[in-house]
Amino acid sequence: MTKSELIARLAERNPHLYQRDVERIVATIFEEITLALARGDRVELRGFGAFSTKTRDARTGRNPRTGDAVRVGSKVVPYFKTGKQLRDLINGEASA
Amino acid sequence: MSEQTVTRAHLSEAVYQEVGLSRNESADLLEMVLDEVSSALAKGDVVKISSFGSFSVRSKGERIGRNPKTGEEVPILPRKVLVFRPSQLLKARINEGA
Repeated sequence: MTKSELIARLAERNPHLYQRDVERIVATIFEEITLALARGDRVELRGFGAFSTKTRDARTGRNPRTGDAVRVGSKVVPYFKTGKQLRDLINGEASA
Repeated sequence: MSEQTVTRAHLSEAVYQEVGLSRNESADLLEMVLDEVSSALAKGDVVKISSFGSFSVRSKGERIGRNPKTGEEVPILPRKVLVFRPSQLLKARINEGA
């Protein structure tokens, strides 16, 4: 399912809304999650999962083509931990 | 940096501010988004949200684990796990702090 398919599904379930508004709802949700992570905040959606960031230390990597050592600076990476309810749903143990 | 936790309440407030539906309906729509993503994943679909990232389900085989307290060997049954792969754009924005 892509973002546009998600928007189409929601528009179908909400015929009273303009497609434009459904698009803005979806965009706003993912934009807010992104902004929160960029601030260093975590986003906790009980039952679904939690988004957070982790810091990766600087390291010396290698250019795989030439084998040269390259300095790789420290960076922040997004991380998602699946919520219990969603994990159960995926494993076919739907809990109410 | 004082780390804060953003919850459903914050996200539905943002939808309320941005789109102008009622607060109740904003909360419902957020829930529907999470529902749709969850049920697609439950069917084994990959969910791709451009400029954010993709969610997919990976199957893991059975392996032998150990009860760390008793040292007893216990089989860990085959299971499915959800993997989130952030998009390049999300990774870039998080490192720029915007």
